[in-house]
Amino acid sequence: MDITTLEKEKNEGIETLPSEERRKFLKMGLTVTGVFLGGTVLSLTSVKKALCGNTDSVIPADGQYPYPKHYGMVMRQNHCIDCEQCLDACRDTNHVPAEHDAWRTTIQERITTVDGTEKREFRPILCNHCNRPPCVRVCPTKATYKDQETGIVVMDYKKCIGCKTCMAACPYNARYFSHDRYAIDKCNFCLDTRLAKGEKETACAAACPADVRVFGDIKDSTSEIYRLLHEPDNKIWVIRPECGALPNVFYMNA
Amino acid sequence: MATNAITTFFNQTQDTSLATPRINRFTLFFLFIIILGLGCGVASFIIGHEKVYNYTRDVPWGLLISTYAFWAITSTGLCIYAAISHIFGGTKMAVVSNRMVWMSIICILGAFATIGVEIASPHRMLIYNIISPNPTSNIWWMGTLYGLAVGCMIVEFFGIVTGLARIAVILGTIGAVAEVLANSCLSGVFATLPSRPYWYGGQLPIYFLTAAFLSGASAIILFNQLAYKIRGQEMPQSVKDALKSAGKAMTLVLILYSVATFWRLIMYFVGGSELGRIAADALISGPLSVPFWVFEVCIGLIIPLILILLSRLQNTGMMAIAGLLILVGQFVARYNLVAGGLLVPGTLGWDNAPTYFNYVPSFFEFAVVMGSLGLVCFGFLVGERVFGKTFTQKEHH
Ligand code: SF4
Ligand code: SF4
Repeated sequence: MDITTLEKEKNEGIETLPSEERRKFLKMGLTVTGVFLGGTVLSLTSVKKALCGNTDSVIPADGQYPYPKHYGMVMRQNHCIDCEQCLDACRDTNHVPAEHDAWRTTIQERITTVDGTEKREFRPILCNHCNRPPCVRVCPTKATYKDQETGIVVMDYKKCIGCKTCMAACPYNARYFSHDRYAIDKCNFCLDTRLAKGEKETACAAACPADVRVFGDIKDSTSEIYRLLHEPDNKIWVIRPECGALPNVFYMNA
Repeated sequence: MATNAITTFFNQTQDTSLATPRINRFTLFFLFIIILGLGCGVASFIIGHEKVYNYTRDVPWGLLISTYAFWAITSTGLCIYAAISHIFGGTKMAVVSNRMVWMSIICILGAFATIGVEIASPHRMLIYNIISPNPTSNIWWMGTLYGLAVGCMIVEFFGIVTGLARIAVILGTIGAVAEVLANSCLSGVFATLPSRPYWYGGQLPIYFLTAAFLSGASAIILFNQLAYKIRGQEMPQSVKDALKSAGKAMTLVLILYSVATFWRLIMYFVGGSELGRIAADALISGPLSVPFWVFEVCIGLIIPLILILLSRLQNTGMMAIAGLLILVGQFVARYNLVAGGLLVPGTLGWDNAPTYFNYVPSFFEFAVVMGSLGLVCFGFLVGERVFGKTFTQKEHH
């Protein structure tokens, strides 16, 4: 039986199996994934769990999207070449001041050594529009909140008292103090500058020549982002999952 | 007519023995410090916070938040001891409880002054804290509860000086409950952030409350000792007994606090989050090691303990020095806590992130701290001068 046939089988669940059976089943699962997917054991288990609505997946389960639309982004991380066109597009579109620590999205870099050769790795980051956003919880005046239509975490600048608690709370360093607005500023998936005008993509995603950033409604099963997230072969991860913020920016190598 | 009433009123409360040129000079000196220090804070709004405070995207908080926490925690401690003596009576500390209430108010004002010039837009806070409150926000609860507490304590103090004992006790109780809850919310600001493993966890709120008991007891001893020093008077036996009680509380909590500090740090080295361990390392052997070992541990815990033992709780002068050192240690401990949580980059491993961010408080930050200290000293002297008789009335029975 190959993996596609196996996939189509109805999942009877393993909860009711006696533990001996269960162990056998798990062993089989490991063998199957190990053989067919070249060792991406974690990927198969995590994506499968997501489909089953298991809680330790990083992907929200079907039927558990609290907002009418649920925007997110998948980063095909290994495609990133650090051209920084996304950064420029973001600055232009969203009037991000050209100061050193003012950015809504940026590219991180690290050097890893594989078999004696140095390898540069790039990782685009931005606000994760978390499902359980610490920034929103801690804000005393609801100056930052989740948009009820889209799940995007937005700012109401006039309410921001500048206590900077959200900056301390965000696991992703996604927020900065904008001296122009005299309030905290952050990525809002171009909600006001593009989505509101009918554009389907954020400025960064549209500008990326390497097609790293896939933006979309992860609730929409016909979307590209949905497909990437639910492709069993794709190993999907998020940054700092241990913080429990349930981020909506996902990473994979493609 | 009204002026007459006010004059008569103050004649009953004020201590004219303090109307000396020396005390006046000191009072003016501290006023000057307030104007300079908090003036720098106010000027920061005109010059721009970003230009005068050393906060960055990476380290959004620093010395001012820790100073705020220090004064707020000390205020809570003073308020709790005062309330316990007011409500239950009978404790030896009751004789100095009026002074505690006053100093608790002064300390919380020191805290407000500090955070007032730290927040970027305090005017928006006044509006949106009320019309757009967020009940899940620790900051919101903390601000609201401290506001409530200071309101209650001011009315309580009014009750004390006008002899409305019932009002004083009721408001004192509400104020103390609000202070304890506010203290808890203050710790919650840090303790509920999983992004900062050095802060995250259920132990921190107990730690903050313990710190309040420690700072409060130290402040009682220090301020009462000073109150008699500036008058050049011998302390009555009743006050000595009160300070002895406070000294016992101080010693006990000092030990509890030391135990908590020990275990809090050890926990990071037995597993758990890497970021937490790196933060703890900042205190043990990293950039915060001098503030930690020299100030927090030696000056703030070990030397005071030795002094207390040497004083046998009899020598109030020595105990007051121990109290002062504990307060210095506590001040630095708050800084270590705030800085420890923020110096560690969450993106460790990427972008050549340093193991520790570099944050050194700016001149303006230090100036504001001095201003808040000036405010507390000024408040102390004014309190003794204007309400001295109210403070001492019970002491001579
Ligand atoms: S990434 Fe940070 S700013 Fe964005 S929603 Fe999550 S906690 Fe808030
Ligand atoms: S800095 Fe502004 S947005 Fe952030 S928590 Fe404070 S008030 Fe809310």
